[in-house]
Amino acid sequence: MPKTATKPDTSPDTLLDLYYCMLLSRAFEERLAILYRQGKVLGGIFSGIGQEATAVGTSFDLREGDAVFPLHRDIGVALTRGIAPKALMAQILGKSDGLSGGKVDYLHSGDPALGVYGSTSMIGSSIPVAAGAALAFKLKRTNCVAVAYIGEGGTSTGDFHEALNFAGVHRLPLIIVVENNFFAYSTPVAKQMAVENAAERAAGYGMPGHTCSGNDLLSVRHLACQAVQRARDWLGPTLIECKTYRWHGHSEHDDASYRESEEFLEWKSRDPIPRYELYLREREVLTDEIAERHRADATREVDEAVAFAEKSPYPEPHEALDHLYTEGEP
Amino acid sequence: MTEPARPQSAQRTARDQSAQRTARDQRAQDTALDQSAQGTARDETPPNAEAAAKPEAVTYLEAIRQALQEEMRRDPCVFIIGEDVGAYGGAFGVTHGLFEEFGEQRVIDTPIAESLIVGAATGAASLGLRPVAEMQFADFISCAFDQIVNQAATMRYRHNGKLSVPWVLRCPSGGNVHGSMFHSQNPEAWFFHTPGLKIVAPATPYDAKGLLKAAIRDDDPVLFFEYKYLYRRLKEELPAEDYIVPLGSAAIRRPGRDLSIIAYGVGSYYALQAAETLVKEGIDAEVVDLRSLVPLDEDTILDSVRRTTRALIVHEDWRRGGIGAEIAALLGEKAMDYLDAPILRVAGRDIPVPFSPPLEQFALPTPERIAEAAHRMFK
Repeated sequence: MPKTATKPDTSPDTLLDLYYCMLLSRAFEERLAILYRQGKVLGGIFSGIGQEATAVGTSFDLREGDAVFPLHRDIGVALTRGIAPKALMAQILGKSDGLSGGKVDYLHSGDPALGVYGSTSMIGSSIPVAAGAALAFKLKRTNCVAVAYIGEGGTSTGDFHEALNFAGVHRLPLIIVVENNFFAYSTPVAKQMAVENAAERAAGYGMPGHTCSGNDLLSVRHLACQAVQRARDWLGPTLIECKTYRWHGHSEHDDASYRESEEFLEWKSRDPIPRYELYLREREVLTDEIAERHRADATREVDEAVAFAEKSPYPEPHEALDHLYTEGEP
Repeated sequence: MTEPARPQSAQRTARDQSAQRTARDQRAQDTALDQSAQGTARDETPPNAEAAAKPEAVTYLEAIRQALQEEMRRDPCVFIIGEDVGAYGGAFGVTHGLFEEFGEQRVIDTPIAESLIVGAATGAASLGLRPVAEMQFADFISCAFDQIVNQAATMRYRHNGKLSVPWVLRCPSGGNVHGSMFHSQNPEAWFFHTPGLKIVAPATPYDAKGLLKAAIRDDDPVLFFEYKYLYRRLKEELPAEDYIVPLGSAAIRRPGRDLSIIAYGVGSYYALQAAETLVKEGIDAEVVDLRSLVPLDEDTILDSVRRTTRALIVHEDWRRGGIGAEIAALLGEKAMDYLDAPILRVAGRDIPVPFSPPLEQFALPTPERIAEAAHRMFK
């Protein structure tokens, strides 16, 4: 059985790549919020701002052939897996150059060539599909892994239970990332589960469950790499709970008045990006100049994405009929 | 459109069969799927070896099993997933012997988790495999409803054609087996309504085998409704050669001049019985067996009704909002001028399928109810 690298790559270039992935995700989503307020986004925006370390840290070290099933708040996962900001922005604006050619909004589409698969809005229902991808890897013996993303809210669904139970029984190469941001829309975690940590649920499925600070990129990445290696070595699935916080409401229309402002400010002070910058500076990988350049690059890439998406035409009406079936309409 | 000509069954010796199997085993070793985890105690004599040596009529159930076995031998990407489908061989024995031949990697027992079964099939299919998933009873499909209509049916569309979902979901359907309301349902209409799915419902062993093979080879998700009532009731000699029944082609099961009875699945079986009664009473009914609901063979329906000028639609599924309503609308839109009588439907009454035999008989269509409706069309 081929073993994967035990420890994550911590070369300066890689550490800066991780940094850039977080910056790009942040810049992209900050721009989305602005576009939303300008009335340029027709659908909803489900901000993952504040959760970048979880998204990037769990997806960065995956390989070609692996499959990710990001949730609606996982722009960072899509970008880290190589979805072009231009295509993603066009997708969100409903344009013909978007991932789905305008057929669906937001992250409900993906790019199979990059191993990125869209979710539906039925929270939890992507986990059985991700388990099916992991099953395919097992049957094909391809040594790839599938990563399913779910909020702590989604751990209450039947699909979560059915999929994790099956993955445990069949020791599937599946990683379940629980992004615990303490709210399912407006419902606080105390009204969602009677255990303190979502990771405790893993015991019922015979798989390890770990809890980490989802705002600490290094902790997240460390656990993710361990879980991925375990899966590649056919040792079975792992649940990783990343405790994090969404800064915005469930969607941009939601002012999140249901949460205490002290709590929000406390979490905002734990912003994953400055936290990682501190580490990079301690490692002497990051200087003011490098930070500035990376931020400028991210901003420029987002500028270009917006310009591209705004120029991209809307699809022709008849394109609504395309691609439902493999060979046209039955 | 008429049923395709059936090739004559070729006589094959057990020795030929055995030789073929050796070659097949060799091929299997070259396949993408790892075979190492297969059952070690393989039965060296395939269960149908004797039948192949001396062609025998096979049941509807056996025809389904043959299709599964042959497709799994042909394509290493085909695998089975469902409840009790493994060593036990399925609640009805449909998958009997497949676990022994293909092993636990390709005949996968799941926990009681219908949503997982369909979701996992969707994931595996999206990654290039061809799962044949099973609902132990079609009734249980409601537990997987979201996975079918929101995940599987939209998967290809949402990804703008960059992937497809080539799964088959086998659903043992229908009443008259003393199953009561949770083991007797015909849930096809829920899915007929949903864009992105294909639906077939065979009425004969020949079609069961040919449609299942076509469904497995099809690149879109196909719901395969099979009928418990027909499992062991129908027997037919099948061609030894590989064949498929293409999706979207209806069959004229019985030609007739006076009336078109349009049916599918077990409804076609009842319709044929009714037609035999009717011909003795002076009504020559044509029976159109749809075989496939999506795609629907509109041409064969319209052609038949334009010839006979009368349309009676039969299905065991509930009447309200059923397939019959859609076919009646089709005829209203495209054959109205040809009709000499109102379009009638004989379908399951709009009540849960009740348990006690007199109640169940009352609820479900019977050949008598079909014949009675046909007579009304000539008054």
